[in-house]
Amino acid sequence: MLARDAAPTPLKQTPLHPLHLARGGKMVPFAGYDMPVQYPAGVLKEHLHTRTSAGLFDVSHMGQLALRPKSGKVEDAAHALERLVPQDVVAVTAGRQRYAQFTNEDGGILDDLMVANFGDHLFLVVNAACKAEDEALLRAQLSDACIIEPLADRALVALQGPKAVAVLAKHCADAATMRFMDAGPRKVMGLDCFVSRSGYTGEDGFEISVPAADAEGFANALLADDAVALIGLGARDSLRLEAGLCLYGHDIDPTTTPVEADLVWSIQKSRRNGGARAGGFPGADKILAQIENGTSRKRVGLKPEGRAPVRDGAQLFADASSSEPLGSVTSGSFGPSISAPIAMGYLPTPHAAIGGTVFAEVRGQRLPLRVSNLPFVPHSYKR
Amino acid sequence: MTTLYTADHEWLAVDGDVVTVGITNYAQEQLGDIVFVELPKIGRQLKKAEAAAVVESVKAASDVYAPITGEVLEVNDTVSGEPALINSDADGKAWLFKLRIADKSELDGLMDAAAYQTHTA
Repeated sequence: MLARDAAPTPLKQTPLHPLHLARGGKMVPFAGYDMPVQYPAGVLKEHLHTRTSAGLFDVSHMGQLALRPKSGKVEDAAHALERLVPQDVVAVTAGRQRYAQFTNEDGGILDDLMVANFGDHLFLVVNAACKAEDEALLRAQLSDACIIEPLADRALVALQGPKAVAVLAKHCADAATMRFMDAGPRKVMGLDCFVSRSGYTGEDGFEISVPAADAEGFANALLADDAVALIGLGARDSLRLEAGLCLYGHDIDPTTTPVEADLVWSIQKSRRNGGARAGGFPGADKILAQIENGTSRKRVGLKPEGRAPVRDGAQLFADASSSEPLGSVTSGSFGPSISAPIAMGYLPTPHAAIGGTVFAEVRGQRLPLRVSNLPFVPHSYKR
Repeated sequence: MTTLYTADHEWLAVDGDVVTVGITNYAQEQLGDIVFVELPKIGRQLKKAEAAAVVESVKAASDVYAPITGEVLEVNDTVSGEPALINSDADGKAWLFKLRIADKSELDGLMDAAAYQTHTA
């Protein structure tokens, strides 16, 4: 009954790998890295600890890049990056960050990322599984205007939960005055860090980029606080799903557009039809037309009516007997904070109205799910 | 009453022509927090190695196979109502189902406690 992993290719390790082993992390291959899926407390306790106290996550597998303008003017880097994303990067002021997507010519999503303006350059955080392709894309498309500098010598940790701010404020002078999506270089424990007030759990919290050589001491110092516990990738996934946040490669990928993925909120008016810098990114014709005319399918929240979790890949049907699937589940798990199964998936727009019922096929049975509002657990960002 | 084990981490307590089936403590440790259990219907005729029940952690679903051929006589409704019982008492209160043994010779290929310990070492 226990799946065995195939013989893995050599896995990369983050600077916190020794700490994961020392703290009893159960290690699994993830995006080419040997990563902790959970610690001895287990996924349920780790999840609930993050929602009530503060959880510390190693996300050093993610890609960190600096985009330095050759002109010395950060707005030139911002204009250049706008060739690749449908977001208004020029409007991101120094000390702020924004959620973005790299798109392809079909309007599909190549990766999703965070873009911060650090005053004289842009700082990007991209997904682990996409970082090589993202770097190649940036080099191919932006080298005229920018120097692309992968920051491989930095770790990245997330400190998430209602007590995160009190914990970080002990080590970082202005942590408590930062607002959601503020980002920039900060001294933390005297170290040269990049701090943003953001995360992937729906909770208030921070992501902190730390010099790799200092990462283990940094993490141990945070863990010395009674409020803080280490959290593995298992709880990271259940937290982000409760928060209705997309996982790249599951809920969004090169075949889904930002409009289909219900991410229109992330595309500012200046890049839409009639805006000051409308279009000019890959797939703009399709994405902008979809914003105006709607899409034939849409990402939705789904709540199974029974207790059985409905997993990624389960096909969705209009009723208990129809043979043609409407779509499929892209993320599905059990939500520890609401103590019920939750899922996200794609449905044809006529079936995507909140409150409607669809059926998922699980082990030969059709289980009813209710189309639900996202997020499943309200966000607690400090705006 | 003897307890036997499968390579797939089920335990069987044999009592006359009835076996009680559960998952081992080793299996629950590997699976982590169990949040859902689906049990077979009473009266179902299970064939050896057929998927009989499902246990799900936050992360994944795992099949529990019928360790031998037989008819389902009883299921543990307590564990479907409280899946975490598997984490606290896998080889006791969290038994899953009982089967009437169709062919006692099928028990011959199963492991005893010492062999199972070696299997999971």
